[in-house]
Amino acid sequence: MAPPQDTRRPFKRLAISDQQRRRDISLQRQAQSRRDAQHQARCLASTVLSLQSQTTPEPVPDIELELVPETEESGAPSQDLDVRHAAKLKGAEARKWFAKQLMLPEWMIDVPDRLSDDWYVFARPAGKRCFVVSTNGTTVSRQRNGSILHRFPSALPNGAKKRDGSGPNQSYCILDCIFHELDQTYYVIDMVCWRGYSLYDCAAEFRFFWLNSKLGETGACDPPSFYHKYRFSAVPVYNCDQNGLFSAYSGAVPYVKDGLLFYNKHAHYQAGNTPLALVWKDQNCSQYVIDTDSKGQVPTQQQVVLELQDDGKLVTSDDPPVVFGGLDSDFIQKSGLCTGNLLRFAISDGGLSFVDGKLVKADLHYLEKPNRARAFADSFSKIMFQHTVRHCPLKIDDLLASIPSPDDQQNKPCDIDMVPISSMSGHSPINSAACRDTYRSKSSSLSALDFFLHLVWEFRCNCTTGKEYEA
Amino acid sequence: MAMEITQFLLAAQSPDANIRTQAEASLRQFQEQNLPLFLLSLSVELANNVKPLESRRLAGIVLKNSLDAKDSVRKEHLVQQWMTIEISIKSQIKDSLLRTLGSSASEARHTSSQVIAKVASIEIPRKQWPELIGSLLNNMTKQDSPAALKQATMETLGYVCEAISHQDLVQDEVNSVLTAVVQGMNLAEHSHEVRLAATKALYNALDFAQTNFDNEMERSYIMKVVCETAISKEADIRQAAFECLVSIASTYYDVLEPYMQTLFQLTSNAVKGDEESVALQAIEFWSSICDEEIELQEYETGEGGDSGSAHSRFIEKALPYLVPLLLDTMLKQEDQDQDQDDSIWNISMAGGTCLGLVARTVGDSVVKLVMPFVEGNILKPEWHCREAATYAFGSILEGPSVETLGPLVTNGLDFLLNAMRDENNHVKDTTAWTLSRIFEFLHCPASGFSVISQEKLERIVTVLLESIIDAPNVAEKVCGAIYYLAQGYEDAGTSSSLLTQHIPRIISELLKTAERTDGSDFKLRTSAYETLNEVVRSSNVVETSLIILELLKSILHKLGQTLELQIVSSDDREKQGDLQASLCAVIQVIIQKLGSTEETKPSILQAADPIMFLFLRVFACRSSTVHEEAMLAIGALAHASGPEFEKYMPELYKYLEMGLQNFEEYEVCAITVGVISDICRALEDKVLPYCDGIMNHLVRNLQSAELNRSVKPPIFSCFGDIALAIGEQFSKYIEPTVAMMRSAAEACAQMDNSDEELMDYGNQLKRSIFEAYSGILQGFKDSKPELMLPHAGHLFQFIELVFREKYRNESVTKAAVAVMGDLADALGPNTKILFKDKAFCIQFLGECLKSEDEHLKETANWTQVMIARVVS
Repeated sequence: MAPPQDTRRPFKRLAISDQQRRRDISLQRQAQSRRDAQHQARCLASTVLSLQSQTTPEPVPDIELELVPETEESGAPSQDLDVRHAAKLKGAEARKWFAKQLMLPEWMIDVPDRLSDDWYVFARPAGKRCFVVSTNGTTVSRQRNGSILHRFPSALPNGAKKRDGSGPNQSYCILDCIFHELDQTYYVIDMVCWRGYSLYDCAAEFRFFWLNSKLGETGACDPPSFYHKYRFSAVPVYNCDQNGLFSAYSGAVPYVKDGLLFYNKHAHYQAGNTPLALVWKDQNCSQYVIDTDSKGQVPTQQQVVLELQDDGKLVTSDDPPVVFGGLDSDFIQKSGLCTGNLLRFAISDGGLSFVDGKLVKADLHYLEKPNRARAFADSFSKIMFQHTVRHCPLKIDDLLASIPSPDDQQNKPCDIDMVPISSMSGHSPINSAACRDTYRSKSSSLSALDFFLHLVWEFRCNCTTGKEYEA
Repeated sequence: MAMEITQFLLAAQSPDANIRTQAEASLRQFQEQNLPLFLLSLSVELANNVKPLESRRLAGIVLKNSLDAKDSVRKEHLVQQWMTIEISIKSQIKDSLLRTLGSSASEARHTSSQVIAKVASIEIPRKQWPELIGSLLNNMTKQDSPAALKQATMETLGYVCEAISHQDLVQDEVNSVLTAVVQGMNLAEHSHEVRLAATKALYNALDFAQTNFDNEMERSYIMKVVCETAISKEADIRQAAFECLVSIASTYYDVLEPYMQTLFQLTSNAVKGDEESVALQAIEFWSSICDEEIELQEYETGEGGDSGSAHSRFIEKALPYLVPLLLDTMLKQEDQDQDQDDSIWNISMAGGTCLGLVARTVGDSVVKLVMPFVEGNILKPEWHCREAATYAFGSILEGPSVETLGPLVTNGLDFLLNAMRDENNHVKDTTAWTLSRIFEFLHCPASGFSVISQEKLERIVTVLLESIIDAPNVAEKVCGAIYYLAQGYEDAGTSSSLLTQHIPRIISELLKTAERTDGSDFKLRTSAYETLNEVVRSSNVVETSLIILELLKSILHKLGQTLELQIVSSDDREKQGDLQASLCAVIQVIIQKLGSTEETKPSILQAADPIMFLFLRVFACRSSTVHEEAMLAIGALAHASGPEFEKYMPELYKYLEMGLQNFEEYEVCAITVGVISDICRALEDKVLPYCDGIMNHLVRNLQSAELNRSVKPPIFSCFGDIALAIGEQFSKYIEPTVAMMRSAAEACAQMDNSDEELMDYGNQLKRSIFEAYSGILQGFKDSKPELMLPHAGHLFQFIELVFREKYRNESVTKAAVAVMGDLADALGPNTKILFKDKAFCIQFLGECLKSEDEHLKETANWTQVMIARVVS
């Protein structure tokens, strides 16, 4: 019959049984390796961004502020890179790559349709536009031309050599920032990659939402410390209705304003000039409305920088480029100019002539080669904006007038839209506004994204006290 | 119509091998040609009182083996065979068996009762033998039943209860069985044999008695009878009654309260004065109570105390009486080498073990009851006293708080170190064991607490290394002490440097210990090597890399020597295999250790060639199986080597195949699957030439009913690893693999979630299916994502199924959320509609974003971005 249970218990419990331990450790290692491999595959962004060396004017080495000597690979061939790789680039390659990756707003020469439905607005901090990349325990900021502004430790993911063990090592971030000298703060205006995954293909609506939810979690918005040399901060972003536009234009911010930026909610992050992001300035919200010359003076005549093509044509930095005129080969030879040079011209009395909105003639007068640090020609929209500023500027009242009033819309912005950034801690006005707006105004036909954002937002509200956010 | 087979059955037991073989062949032939008749003939032989005992015995055994087998596949086959036999023949067989219960030959009765239980285990759940219980009960109630029939009937009832579940019987039947059994224990009516059989039958019927134990009157009656039986005149009946009490202690813990006073008296008397076999069960009763209370406590702290059953704190209440009772038993050691022989289990061992459980149950309050005993005995000239004192001290080291134990241990440590030079072997053995417990529970520099100061470490190491040359049993315990001493420094940051200066000495002494030949078996050698593993694991890798490299050299040399061993017998082969296992294990640990930092990795890569060369020769030592430890080590080497590992593949491949085909030792198979995953990650697309073969085996293994199911989840994960490694080249495997993943996913949906073990398996399976999908999706992402589009719908269904589970496992959740992101990432805008339709994805994601688990949150974040990309 059933042998009564074996009552012999392990006596002086056998001290060592290592075999199971070896198996377990192996299994753990394998599980970890599998996670790492899959993580790596997941972070290989599906959009491969290309690095093309042919059209970029070679930046001049002497402006580089590198602290660490870098090995330059000569004649790096045109090469496809993904963002993950880009975060690890160094030296000239990095300069080349980053010089082409910023999303550059066009200048607002006329008011887009549906401004209040499809656009955000925020006050642009005055300062140097740059990419901030945190990877491998260090943080590097690179200016528009790709050169390094700072190399420093930060609280961004993997932004400092600190033993905290959180997150995989490959983790990295790329932020689109403006460095504001006065308070030594990086104002983050867009998020390109976060913790190793790319947000290039996400709509601005989502990127801003993500920026506002994630940045604070890292401690990057905390005051500077040993492992965190510069403070980061998000900027208050508003729906571009009348109240939002007015708040962005006249509301108090902790930084010096340099115009207003308008972002289309549905636009993906796109390298280079894009009409889905716009910049607008007037004297009230910017010190730099009219371009200055190399001496810092406002010249009597508008000046433009154009790029010389090999057929002698002078073009803007747009893609495709807009032709503003041409130089004859004699002049080119005499002046020792060559293809790809940037050249500064004054627009003489003849001005710019248009037929049906198309440029037909520009009266250009050659001045000089501009500062060598300059990487790009002017864009068409910039030249046009400067032109209108000097003649018949687009005023804030024009902008406000183009937006239906709140009464028409039944969509009163609440106080929440004015919450100063310092008190937001993870809840930005844009999130609540965006979510509420889309939920209210389009509740009959929710798009997938609206639905998605809304639910995630609801969820976030439920997690915190969230009372003030209720409609 | 049964055949006469007596002569064959006798001949099959002949000392003459020729006669034996022939008879066996004849029997087998008969069995194959006409199984029903064969079984009938066996049962008739067993029942026939005029046949010789020898042929009846073998007939019973063959019959039993025709109904049941250890191997589950074979067992299922036998059951099916029995079911196909014609009912009239089965009836005749069953009649013969029941008739045999009344036989005058006790051995035939005994065999028959076993065979009846086997038949019952097949037929009762299928309601095909409804009259069995009735006819057994009839044997008990018939006035003129002989005692032998009643005894055999009781035995049969016990076996039947053991073989079936109480759900197979209606409550009336359960009641009748219990009534018959309890009456069988009645002193006035029955003989010794019947009462013993009845008491043993009750043991097996206890699981049946749930309804009866719920009813206070019935419960009290059963308890009364058991307690009365526990004081019977006959020791074997008393023992059987205590065995019932032990089982009741764990099965019916929550209704014991009213009886505890009585039970304490009963057990206490038995421990103090009864024969050892009875006393052991009485101690076991308290050990079982401890087990229950420890489990209740773990459950309480783990799950926030919403457990259904109440903690009665029996141990706490009995503590002032129980502890002295146990301490007394600990002074009753035998003079023999009690821990050398695994079969010895005596009262002092049981008492000490129970004290250890008591300490884990009540914690601090045990200390003040035990310490006077320790202090009073530890200095006595009589070794029994010193050993008992030490054993008692060692037993209470787990359970009480560090605050309580810390000062006691700090004060006592020097004394214990001196006691390693005691004149008595038992005292030294127990002292070394106590030291190992101190290091295990009170030495953890990684978390900032240790009773070992830096100054004391020197002395400890010196004493341990002096004692490791003592008798084998002491040396083995010393290995254990070194193991836990080293373990304290594992992952201890800068503290790990403290051990560095001692490591050369420790390694050299352990190697010497491993060479000793004075142990009765190879336990000491194994302990020495396993301790070596822990020392390597715990060492500060940068400071000790040169020493470890030296060690590697000498281990490789030893492994080379095993290949030269003379192998004559299978015993030699086994010994060689054991030694190779220990050595490969050390090499594996060294590879992992040195491979873990960039500074030390090159040194292991330089040694990769000789290591692989030896491993391949170790594999070649055997013809059909591969060496598990060598396989584990190869996984570690592949992981460290990366693409370089490719050069070993042509030679290694056939052993990988061999490992995958080893269904018998399924752990080897599972390890091989893991190693293939390692190789895929190391070689990436260079693994391609081997994929056809590997995939073939993996798919076949999944389809096999024979292979232990625990290997199947790793196989699915491995699909993902292969896909990730070879990218679009995986497309040719896509149809068969996804088909298997689908059917496994469907199996998950059908799984019975009330069975904890099955649920555990289900979770592994779900996670691995998700991992497979993730690997395939990511592998196809850049080239052929559209291939997975037709499967997205099903995957969504599976994710939803998992999402809606009530008790979802965290790791399954992670894998499910990740695979949602993979779908969006790999398939892009194609999934827009799918995500839009599936509101549950958003709910799921919302839940994960709320999680406390950083990894889960981060994965959910990533998935959210991937979905946002496709829907925006």
